[in-house]
Amino acid sequence: QGVPKPFSEVIKANIGDAHAMGQKPITFLRQVTALCLYPELLSQPSIPEDAKNRARRLLDACAGHSAGAYSVSPGIDLVREDVARFLQRRDGVAADPQNIFLSTGASDAIVTILKLLVSGSEGTRTGVMIPIPQYPLYSAAIAELSAVQLNYYLDEEHCWALDVAELRRALTEGRRHCCPRVLCIINPGNPTGQVQSRQCIEDVIKFAFEEKLFLMADEVYQDNVYAKGSAFHSFKKVLFEMGPPYSEVVELASFHSVSKGFMGECGFRGGYVEVVNMDPEVKQQLAKLVSVRLCPPVPGQILLDTVINPPQPGEPSYELFMKEKQEVLSTLAHKAHLTQEIFNRTPGIRCNPVQGAMYSFPRIELPPRAVAAAEAQGQAPDMFFCIRLLEETGICVVPGSGFGQRQGTFHFRMTILPPTEKLQILLEKLSTFYTKFIKDYS
Amino acid sequence: ARREKILTLESMNPQVKAVEYAVRGPIVLKAGEIEKELRRGIKKPFTEVIKANIGDAHAMGQRPITFLRQVVALCTYPNLLDSPSFPEDAKKRAKRILQGCGGNSLGSYSASQGINCIREDVASYIERRDGGVPADPDNIYLTTGASDGIATILKILVSGGGKSRTGVMIPIPQYPLYSAAISELDAIQVNYYLDEENCWALNVNELRRSLTEAKAYCNPKVLCIINPGNPTGQVQSRKCIEDVIHFAWEEKLFLLADEVYQDNVYSEGCQFHSFKKILYEMGPEYYNNVELASFHSTSKGYMGECGYRGGYMEVINLHPEIKGQLVKLLSVRLCPPVSGQAAMDIVVNPPIPGEESYSQFIKEKESVLNNLAQKAKLTEDMFNKVPGIHCNPLQGAMYAFPRIFIPSKAIEEAKAHKMAPDMFYCMKLLEETGICVVPGSGFGQREGSYHFRMTILPPVEKLKILLEKVKDFHIKFLEKYA
Repeated sequence: QGVPKPFSEVIKANIGDAHAMGQKPITFLRQVTALCLYPELLSQPSIPEDAKNRARRLLDACAGHSAGAYSVSPGIDLVREDVARFLQRRDGVAADPQNIFLSTGASDAIVTILKLLVSGSEGTRTGVMIPIPQYPLYSAAIAELSAVQLNYYLDEEHCWALDVAELRRALTEGRRHCCPRVLCIINPGNPTGQVQSRQCIEDVIKFAFEEKLFLMADEVYQDNVYAKGSAFHSFKKVLFEMGPPYSEVVELASFHSVSKGFMGECGFRGGYVEVVNMDPEVKQQLAKLVSVRLCPPVPGQILLDTVINPPQPGEPSYELFMKEKQEVLSTLAHKAHLTQEIFNRTPGIRCNPVQGAMYSFPRIELPPRAVAAAEAQGQAPDMFFCIRLLEETGICVVPGSGFGQRQGTFHFRMTILPPTEKLQILLEKLSTFYTKFIKDYS
Repeated sequence: ARREKILTLESMNPQVKAVEYAVRGPIVLKAGEIEKELRRGIKKPFTEVIKANIGDAHAMGQRPITFLRQVVALCTYPNLLDSPSFPEDAKKRAKRILQGCGGNSLGSYSASQGINCIREDVASYIERRDGGVPADPDNIYLTTGASDGIATILKILVSGGGKSRTGVMIPIPQYPLYSAAISELDAIQVNYYLDEENCWALNVNELRRSLTEAKAYCNPKVLCIINPGNPTGQVQSRKCIEDVIHFAWEEKLFLLADEVYQDNVYSEGCQFHSFKKILYEMGPEYYNNVELASFHSTSKGYMGECGYRGGYMEVINLHPEIKGQLVKLLSVRLCPPVSGQAAMDIVVNPPIPGEESYSQFIKEKESVLNNLAQKAKLTEDMFNKVPGIHCNPLQGAMYAFPRIFIPSKAIEEAKAHKMAPDMFYCMKLLEETGICVVPGSGFGQREGSYHFRMTILPPVEKLKILLEKVKDFHIKFLEKYA
């Protein structure tokens, strides 16, 4: 509308949407998907053979050879088989396609599994343990399902590590007023970006085994690991490497998505859940529940298949695919590091290492006068800060209060997704704003 | 001894256990098993299973509309915008959609309500469809298929406890998404019976009876209409729609109008009238007060794009704070699939006369719709020739819902197998002919009557064969259980 502002554009650094920030789609994924949606393209010479082969294979697996047909509700069987093969390659552990349910993004599967788990009333109502800070899908789903939210705090002093003693505290506390049945882990973490060590994952599994907790492992950032010395270990893999009794007993649901990683295909709403050691009758109930919504979007299923079944060495698209993938991931790694570095230069901002995922979650010191001003407006102090930031710089980040944080601490979540030069400018603007803000409220 | 699992039938969510969805229920599971057996080479009296259970046109061989697929392909792989093999009008639409996407990519999340320019296109479509009745893009919400929109609105409507728990009035027979959603939300299902003797007409007296009874044990707040009907295929007359709106106004009921079959109208003398249009035409007292949500989808019509999960809802007279709550609820799932939003855009913004793709588009569209109309008549006629089968006219939608006479001996045997008699019939039909249809008990029906729902989607020649097979089966069945 032409209203003058101290800036010329709003930067949406609030949402983990890579394409919105200029990241390019992976060519091969889009070629295969386009071929499936418009098979006339199979005669287009400019599209490589390996993409065409993938498309033909997928179309053969679609009813009526059309991506417009419903699939069966757990997802196209061929894609589930490909996911199982992917998991086997990734983990060295067998995967059963029947344990894989494709979904409309990971969010859909997370909500569906939580839905199954919620029962009881008052003192026996299902309690769901979630990390603080958390990705607020969890608190929202818990609220919608009238389950009981049980917070366990990640350890900011130790790179947001998960501490079993803290899990135990939260559980004991929770048992006083509900029936804790579920333990949710986000690894790599959102908003915190920590990548759990193998030892930590083993400890969590042991804890879940001992305390009879259903494990939900949100692993959508499994391809986003940047820090040297950090590596992604899937809960499934670690569980099986721990052997019996754990591998035979622990009930686990692991989630993945096409929205993150190197793909960033948020808009396609592709994802899956793998369930391990689920009661067969409950699995039938799960199949029944997902059948009411018929099926996940088929273009998303197709795209997912291409993600987990990418070009192989020797195939015509391999080089370009690898180049594009490495480009995205190395840029993200660079930006993760840059973010940490710039924020940590500013007194009052303390940013833990961005080991993985797509966000920084720096802690900001806010002077008492700022806190008071916020409270006078009925706002959380970090919300107050973020609104002022938005109004004066156009930079949109999400206050830490939206994710949860220890009482008396303040944070914000900012994505690392804008292009590097732009990100550098943003980080510097934000830091400058922060310094001024502190001065104004001292 | 293996220790007990955390998540068992006993410990799981009882509301989920209560959910049933017949369209993909036990008979379809059985059909899947039989398919597996056929693939393993096990001999059957047939060589393939025919899935006449689900309203999936492409699965039965219907071709997609070229223009729609061109636009979505261009959006998916924009390099194709340089290709000479795509018409300009498709490229123009694709560019417009991409401009509405973050980073010009189908891979970005959209706003939770859906891409702005697509919502504007939906509003324009509604205005054209309804003869100029204004539509506000702000009242349009794109959804993951119509099912998503329906479940979301129901979610917002359900509240209270005990006798004040929300009651939701649904037609019997119904599309079982409604009963499933009601189960899941622990709302109260309030049945009103469509009148089989009168082509499944909706009778306001029956609505009144149902409402009055329900007030004794719940708080009926919602009235769901499916027009054209599923499974029943009736197309409501304008007068009927007016009567329903008046009833909803009088009794303060929130109206849900499921209009996903609005393009599937076949019978002479039948016409689709949207609830929105009629509401408007009834004047300000109704138009400013009745709360209405209308639903549409890319899955049916002439498009049949079920797999895209495209849809929208238009809400009328929703309290502004409720609209805020609605957006908040939708935002937790981020957004509907953007490729489905793009498909919806083409449905509401197709080629117009003068555009390059127009003549092919119209040809394809009319071919699909004429074919469906032909099959609707064929099905009705063939079923009505079979003794013991009576099929109401298929005025619209995609299904036949014939009433079948089941002899008492068969009813006894069904009971012995702990099956509903029409489930028993359908299982036998499946086992002996490979034809999978859904028993009427999955949709609801008057006590003592039996039906099944079969789609009219297989290609004409195949459909004729299927109908013959059903006829032969039925006659044999009657003889066997005489």
